[in-house]
Amino acid sequence: MLEHLRPAVSLVALSTVVLGLACPLAFVAAGHVAPNRAEGSLVMRDGHAVGSALIGQNFASPRYIHGRPSAITGTDAKGATIPAPYDASTSLASNLAPTSKALHDRIATDLAALGKRGLGAGETAGGAVPVDAITASGSGLDADISPDYALMQARPVASARGIAEASVRDIIATETQPRTFGLFGEPHVNVLRVNLALDRLPPGAHRGTPGQVAGVVR
Amino acid sequence: MTIIGLAQIALVLAIVLALAGPVGRYIAAILSGERTFLTPVLAPVERGTYAILGIDPAKGMGWRSYVSALLLLNAVHFALLYAILRLQFYLPFNPGGVAGMPSALAFNTAVSFVTNTNWQAYTPEGGISNGAQMLGLTVHMFVSAATGVAVAAAVIRAFAAGGVQTLGNAWADITRAMLYVLLPLTVLFTIILMASGVPQTLLANAQVTTLEGATQTIARGPVAFQEAIKLLGTNGGGFFNANSAHPFENPTALTCAIETIMFLLIPFSLTATFGRMVGHPAQGRALLWAMGLILGLGALGCYAAEMAGTPMLHALGVNQALGNMEGRELRFGNALTTLFNVGATGTSTGAVAGFTDSFTPLGGLIPLFLMQLGEVTPGGIGSGLYTMIVFALLAVFVAGLMAGRTPEYLGKKVQAKEVKLAMLALLILTAWILSGAAVSLLLPAGLGALANAGPHGLSEMLYAWTSATQNNGSAMAGITSSGPLLAYGMAFAMLFGRFAVLVPVLAIAGSIALKPKLQATSGTFPTTGPLFIGLLIGVIIILGGLQFMPADALGPLAEHFAMRAGATY
Repeated sequence: MLEHLRPAVSLVALSTVVLGLACPLAFVAAGHVAPNRAEGSLVMRDGHAVGSALIGQNFASPRYIHGRPSAITGTDAKGATIPAPYDASTSLASNLAPTSKALHDRIATDLAALGKRGLGAGETAGGAVPVDAITASGSGLDADISPDYALMQARPVASARGIAEASVRDIIATETQPRTFGLFGEPHVNVLRVNLALDRLPPGAHRGTPGQVAGVVR
Repeated sequence: MTIIGLAQIALVLAIVLALAGPVGRYIAAILSGERTFLTPVLAPVERGTYAILGIDPAKGMGWRSYVSALLLLNAVHFALLYAILRLQFYLPFNPGGVAGMPSALAFNTAVSFVTNTNWQAYTPEGGISNGAQMLGLTVHMFVSAATGVAVAAAVIRAFAAGGVQTLGNAWADITRAMLYVLLPLTVLFTIILMASGVPQTLLANAQVTTLEGATQTIARGPVAFQEAIKLLGTNGGGFFNANSAHPFENPTALTCAIETIMFLLIPFSLTATFGRMVGHPAQGRALLWAMGLILGLGALGCYAAEMAGTPMLHALGVNQALGNMEGRELRFGNALTTLFNVGATGTSTGAVAGFTDSFTPLGGLIPLFLMQLGEVTPGGIGSGLYTMIVFALLAVFVAGLMAGRTPEYLGKKVQAKEVKLAMLALLILTAWILSGAAVSLLLPAGLGALANAGPHGLSEMLYAWTSATQNNGSAMAGITSSGPLLAYGMAFAMLFGRFAVLVPVLAIAGSIALKPKLQATSGTFPTTGPLFIGLLIGVIIILGGLQFMPADALGPLAEHFAMRAGATY
């Protein structure tokens, strides 16, 4: 046993220095070749970081399309658990089972909220609410939604902005990412990119008064 | 199920199987000390390492010496990692000022990473500093993976020749596995991941102002290098709480496919290593097919179950064309998510691209069952192969009982001692899993740890003990395992799961090595071809899986029928 002591201790020391320090630091240095990617793919507007291209952010305003429900929670000043959707200082799934009453109640609440935004089943091509609109992602930070869910939000967002619905649909179509190589993953729409494009629309796209009342039910 | 989903699954598995042969033969050359294309570059580093370690790589070790080398190495590593976790506040690279980990949690975490389990009772964001991730966890991902390869190499050598006194040099095996196999692959895949958007930075968390004017704090860190060895070494411990569902660990559908290939690659390749080192490639292919068939069927079953969606959402009139999406990322879709999770439980990786707690009952049963089989489809790096060899011994033993002959495997007689040790290695795990889960469910502290009620609660607890004991590390993650009962209980489960198998397996190797190598005769049961593959699969399912049937019936199966009946808890 004792003859193994020196190799054991020196192997631990050597691997800690090489694999735990030198290699990670070398890659941090190498990351400066493409600093934006190495530092979290931050998206800049007017010189300020407004988010990450890979990380979702919370949207509540009727002027923006919204992402998926996020199951991330935080604690308030009294230590009670409160919702903290898209809090990217952490990451969390709901971990609720398909037989969970809590999941059933949450989805029923979310469906009702969609209805209040004017996002009834009638707004979609398939005639039903797409599943990503009422399910929380694994990370709580999903940056993407399905084209179906994006398009069903086009009318209320256009109405809130007082612009033509077609211009919102155009943006969504432009921002829809197909499957990689036509094979991997699902077609998806990055919510932040769509909303940045909405904010960039020239005033000429306006049809009415910005800030018009949202939630128009057909 | 969709054609395009099935095509994604088929293509990823086909790439792994195509790479397994060449990579496995390369690993065989490395473990045999032969020259490879990396030798000119790395041989001086290898010699330098031996000089620092003060060892002679040509000096063989008997099985007892081999075991004590590995145990001592793991003990030193455990002590250092425990200290790093407790003292992380005083270490560099801690921009968030993370405090030291509490003792129960640090004990659980140190055991978890030393045993290649990577069960995460802690929340990485805010619970561990960049320095502790790098200096502690990343290092152990290399060492625990190399330990697995070393044991596999020792076991293979026992079958390769007759009358062998020694199983190889543990230090040389570990050094070669790290230097020639794990490190080059990790460097290669770190570059691929970084090019895909996985961060590698020491900057503090980013603060951004969202379009709606709120402040969003975005956790980041030196992710890419750790992510690469996390997957290549079948470790699975995520840099972030959401593991490979987190966009910074797994940014795109393409990285999801690549990461799946990363953790399946070496465990499948080691079958080819085995075939080459025993001088009979077909022997390796037989093990590969048994592993691959079970995994492939599991992947299809899980994908089918998840694409069916849930009755709850059907009743609410939701369009489930994408399948069950709770706990899943849109960019991956269900084909890649289920393949990732099934592959990560068929190997001992335990990483997740989607959250198993929210899988349908049958979709969640498949990852659970693959772990219960003993982590052999294809299992952890090294550990999958040596556990599979144990099953192969039991398969020839069963065949021998039927034919009334002393069983042989690769020309070595399999006798009472080996069969007893093989059964010990298997049964000890079953006993730990079932009694651990049962006792926890009888205690208030165990019941309080569950996130879901009804039969799914039982599934959560059973999954946790299975995962810890089989050194997988995935979870039905709603369970809270940071309390003392589960933190200590599962730490001992992980220790037993690793070393109460590793030691008997090396004892089998020591006993087998000494035996003469017999020539195959017309009476020898062939251990290649469809008959043996079928028998081996049967033995794995019956001996590995059947013992868990009653427990699985009370958890996932009961939940399935309750779900069909519209019950909620």
